[in-house]
This record gives sequence, C-alpha cells and structure tokens, in this order.
Amino acid sequence: MPVPGSPIEAFLSALLLQAGYNAGLVAIGASLLGIAAGAGGTFLFLRKRALLSDAIAHATLPGVGIAFLVMVAFGLDGRSLVGLLAGSALSAGLGLLCVEWITRHTRLAEDTAIGAVLSVFFGFGIVLLTVIQTLSQGRQAGLEGFLLGSTAGMLYQDAVVIALGGVLAVLALVALRRPMTLVSFDPGFAAALGLNTRRIDLAMMLLVLAVTVAGLKIVGLVLVVALLIVPPVAARLWSERTDHVVLIAGAIGGLSGYVGAAMSAAAPGLPTGPIIVLVAFSLFLVSLLLAPARGVLAAALRHRRFQLRLHRRQGLLSLARGEPIFDPLTLKVLRREGLIRPDRVPTEAGRLEATRALLDERRFEVARRIHRDDPLSHRYDGLTPIAAVMTGDEIAEIDRLLADAAARHRREDA
Amino acid sequence: MGADFVQLSLTPILIGVLAAIACALPGNFLILRRQALIGDAISHVVLPGIVVAFLVTGSLASLPMLLGAAGASLIAVLLIETIRRLGRIEPGAAMGVVFTAMFAGGVLLLEQSDTSGVHLDVEHALMGNLESLIWFDATGWSSLLDPVALASLPPELPRIALVAALITVLMLVFWRPLKLSTFDEGFAATLGLPVRLIGLALVAASAVAAVAAFDAVGSIIVIAMFICPPATARLMTERLEHQVAWSTGFAALSAVLGYVLAGYGPLWLGSAHAVSAAGMIATVSGLMLAAACLAAPHRRRIGQPSA
Repeated sequence: MPVPGSPIEAFLSALLLQAGYNAGLVAIGASLLGIAAGAGGTFLFLRKRALLSDAIAHATLPGVGIAFLVMVAFGLDGRSLVGLLAGSALSAGLGLLCVEWITRHTRLAEDTAIGAVLSVFFGFGIVLLTVIQTLSQGRQAGLEGFLLGSTAGMLYQDAVVIALGGVLAVLALVALRRPMTLVSFDPGFAAALGLNTRRIDLAMMLLVLAVTVAGLKIVGLVLVVALLIVPPVAARLWSERTDHVVLIAGAIGGLSGYVGAAMSAAAPGLPTGPIIVLVAFSLFLVSLLLAPARGVLAAALRHRRFQLRLHRRQGLLSLARGEPIFDPLTLKVLRREGLIRPDRVPTEAGRLEATRALLDERRFEVARRIHRDDPLSHRYDGLTPIAAVMTGDEIAEIDRLLADAAARHRREDA
Repeated sequence: MGADFVQLSLTPILIGVLAAIACALPGNFLILRRQALIGDAISHVVLPGIVVAFLVTGSLASLPMLLGAAGASLIAVLLIETIRRLGRIEPGAAMGVVFTAMFAGGVLLLEQSDTSGVHLDVEHALMGNLESLIWFDATGWSSLLDPVALASLPPELPRIALVAALITVLMLVFWRPLKLSTFDEGFAATLGLPVRLIGLALVAASAVAAVAAFDAVGSIIVIAMFICPPATARLMTERLEHQVAWSTGFAALSAVLGYVLAGYGPLWLGSAHAVSAAGMIATVSGLMLAAACLAAPHRRRIGQPSA
C-alpha cells in the first residue's frame, strides 16, 4: 500500500478521480482532448502535413493577447477562457490562411510558409504579452499559462469548456472520418468521386484548429503540437489500416492526457503540458520497441531468424560438398538441430538434409538457366525451396535435365 | 544619439544584427533544401541541452552551455534519423516527435531543479533578454576606443560576432559545393562531392548559429531569422548570390528596426514601457516577408499565371 500523503498515493487517487472534483474534471477533459487530438492528428499525419499543426498552435498567441486587451477595454474580465479561446481560434485561423496563401500564391514551399507564420505570429504574440504585462502592473494576467499549459487553479467552467471542446471534436471526427480517410490517401481519386477535396482539407484543418485551441489551457501552445503528432506516429507503428490507426492514436492520446493530468495533479508545481507530452512520448517509445511488424524487437527477431536460416542452409551445402565448416554460428545451428555430431561429422539426418539442400541448389541452377527471363527464377535467394516457386511439372522437367546432364557426364568419364 | 544610446542600445542592436545574420545565412540554404523547419526543431532541442549542462556544471558559463546544446542537437539528429528509419516515418513527423519530447523534458528538468539563483527559465529561453545586454561602463562613443570600457562589453557580443564570422567564412569557403549540392544533389554526387556530409555540416552550422543566438536573443528570433529574411530574399531575385546578400540586408534591417520599434515605439505612443525586442524583431521580419509576398519582383513560381 502506498503511504498516505506520498506523491504515489496522490497520483493514484488522481488516477481514480479521487483527488477532488476539479482535478477529476481536468483529467477527463485532458483525456477527451487527447482522444480528439490523436485521432484528428492521424489524418494530418497521413496527409504528410503534421508540422502544419505547429504553425496553427503558435499562431494562437496573438489572438490570446488581443482577446485579453479587447475584453479589458470593454470592461469585462480579461481572463474569461471562452473569450481568450475565441480570440486564439481567430488568429490561428488567420495563420492557417497565411500558410495556405503563401504556398498557393508564391514560390515559397509549405515548410517555409509554416516556419514563417509560426515565428512571426509567436513573436507578435510575445510583443502583445509584454504590452499586457505593462498594462496590468500589479495583477497577473496569467496569460503565460498558455505557453506551457497550467491546470493548477483552473476554474470549474474552464474545465467544462475544455471537455466540451474535446467532445465536439470527437463527434466531428466520427462524422467526417470516411471523406478524410479518402482525401488523405488519394486526393485525386476523392476528387474524381465528386468530393470537394479543398473543403474536406479545410474541415480537417478546422478540426485540428479546434483541438489546438481547446488544448491551449492544458498543454500550452508550444507543446500542443505533440498531442497531434506523437500518438498518430506511435499508432502507425501498430497497424497498416487507417481505421485502426485512428482508433489506436485516439487511445494513446486519451491515455496520455489522462495519466499526464493525474500525474500533474499529484505534483501541482509542475506544468501539465510537458508531463502529458512525455507520457505520450514514452508510449511512443514502447510502440517503437514492441510493435508487431515495424517495431525494433520484431525487426531484430526477423533478422535473427533470417540469419539462422542462412547459416543452416550454407552449413548443409558445405556438408553435402564435404567442405569443412569453421563458422561458430553455423556449427551451433547444425548441432542444435542434430544435423552434425559434436565432432562435426554429419549425422544420418544431417546427410539427408544436406542432400536435399544440394538438390534444391542444383535444380535452381538449371531453372535459372532455362527460364532466364522469367521473374520466378529470380526469386532465387539461396533459401526459398524450389517447390515454393515452381510447380511439380516444372520440377520434374528440371530433374529430367539434371539426369541427362549426369548421364552425359558419366559417358564422358567412361 | 549620445552616451545613453551607446550604453543602452548599441550593444543589443549589434548583438541582434549579428545573431540575425548568423541565422539568416544558413537559412538561405535550408529553405532551398526544404529543411526550413530544422531551425524550429533545433531551437526547441537546445533547451534540454542547456538545462542539463547547467545541472552538471552548476554555472551558466558559455562553454558548457554550448557543449550541452551541441550534444542535445546531435542526440536529436540521431533520434530523428533512427525513428525515421526504424519506424519508416516521414521526416517531418519524426522531427515533430523528437523536438516536442525533448523540449518537454527540458521544461520539466528546469522546473524540477533549483535555478532560482541564476537567470535561466523557460520564458527567458523563448523570449531572450536582448534588452538587458547593456554596456555598463560605456560613457559615450569615445568608449569604443577605451580598452577598460571595452573589457566590460557583454560577453555575448564577442561570442556572437565570432560565430557570425565563422559561419560567413565557412559559407564563402564551401560556397561552390554547398550551392551545387543544394540545387542538384545528384549532379553534385556524380562529381564526387560528399553530399551527405555537406548536408550534415549545414545542419551542424545551423545548430551552432542557433545555439549562439539562442543564448543572447531567445528562440523566437532564431526561428524567425532562419526563415523570414531568406524567404523574403528568395522572392526578390533568381540568383543565389543576390539572395544571400538580400537576406543579410533584411536580417540586419529587421534587427535594427525591431529593436528601435520595441524600445522607442511605445515612448512615441505615450507609454513608458518598452515591449519585447525579440518579439518585435520577429514581427518586423514577418512584415517584410508579407510585403515581399505581395509585391516582390520574383514572388511567383515560374510559369504561374500572374492573376
């Protein structure tokens, strides 16, 4: 049992939504947001425009500043989250339009447009923040929280707004998943089907924008892009099917948001955004290591199996030709399968297998000679048995040629 | 333009100009190679490097900072390459994964460790502190000839000057191979040029520029100067030589204009407080790019209708 009052106990209670109403609400909001970001980011990632979300995220800052200034000028509370988020959505939309316009109407490439919009909007946002700092001398505007995210002291209605944003984004995703999948794989085909690809692209961007804006308060604008990129990349390692990738990315995003928010509730001094991002990154590392087809472990196992097959085959051929074997791995493989005795003399089974391997090799030699232009005979890699490539009739034909050659050989010898 | 100017504004302006130029020079090649966002990635990755260097050495001396930042950039490049190869993931997304995770790690380390005694925090890393790089001992223009006063120049100035000079020299020495491999990598490779090495060296030079500039002016300027002045210059001309020259001019101009607007602009508007110089420099460079996008002579793609 964890000691009461320890960080672990605080973490567990936050994980089980026992750490107080607000912390629970934040955790739910963060996980909904993570689901929406992971699933929505998948389409952006498949469209190979993942870093566009970085421009969108950084472009929110001037909007936050302007919204604050406008609300203060009208005598409202400058910290109203809805107002700030509305402002940030407007300026992020403007940034998005700038990227699109620069890429379409000038010779600059999309990455240049992204970088330019990102840095300039962010720089202007910083200017506005310093203006606000001088205006509100004495009372903190708290806008710096938007840079790295802060959930400490979050208001109840703020958490509701974020959770609502997450729900809406998930609903939009469910509604739009089919056209978005089509456009991310084959825009030409989608256009031929009569879909308006520009409009669907725009909807995709608006979805990303909505997720970004909803995530500002929790993750912060510098890192919200991680929620849109890391889960899809991790999910991509697990599956080759879009619908699965979307679901897995949503799950990874949601889990990161939930666990990250719980950890940050246990350690209130730490900014929430980096914790959530690091949780997502650890899930990515696990995926990179363990994913079934594309993972590092799977690749290493595949390589090892290939190596063993190669050594077995080459060892058998050496046995058949009566050549000595020196390679320790080859010896180990043959010995383990009982094909040779400890003193390196082939066993009965070993001699049989060796003869088979040699026959296969000879058949392939003939096959490559007679089917010179046939792609099948190029499947020869020294490992695939010929029976896997050719039909029984073809092999019989090859054997006849082999027998003829052997007979000719004997006649010449005689 | 008297003693106040030399004491308070001369060194920040010089540092800003040199940092802008040091970043804009490699930026010219990065945008042509479609690697514009490398500047963005490097400036994020530098943070954990600097924090780790600080935690290890306990000081903000420049050499460990530089080494830490360089080490972090190297690790980031290796990680991006590994993820790209192992996971067969497109480079942009691999980059996004690595730099956000490393930046998040840096922020957490920074918040966890006790840096209250020194000037190291996330906002400083983002915004820089150009305004604070003043020349205490200067009494007027004559101080430029006074060795005692010169000794108290902020150390960032000689450092960034050295880096800017180094980058310029490297670019001039390797001009032809750099140009060739940027425009036609296949042809450069058939000539026997080590194209991969050239690409890597360009990224390394960008990292050095980013680290040195980051130290003085924060990461916003670094990203903005890598991209905006070269992109603006790209729209002005069809020749690389001219593009580099234009970009140097734009970089210097945005640093000077940005600093002056940030420092004196609010005074003209009747406010007593200056705004962030780093942010203003980025804003000015963006306005220049916007103007170029609307009116520069070579803004369109070749063959693109003018309508």
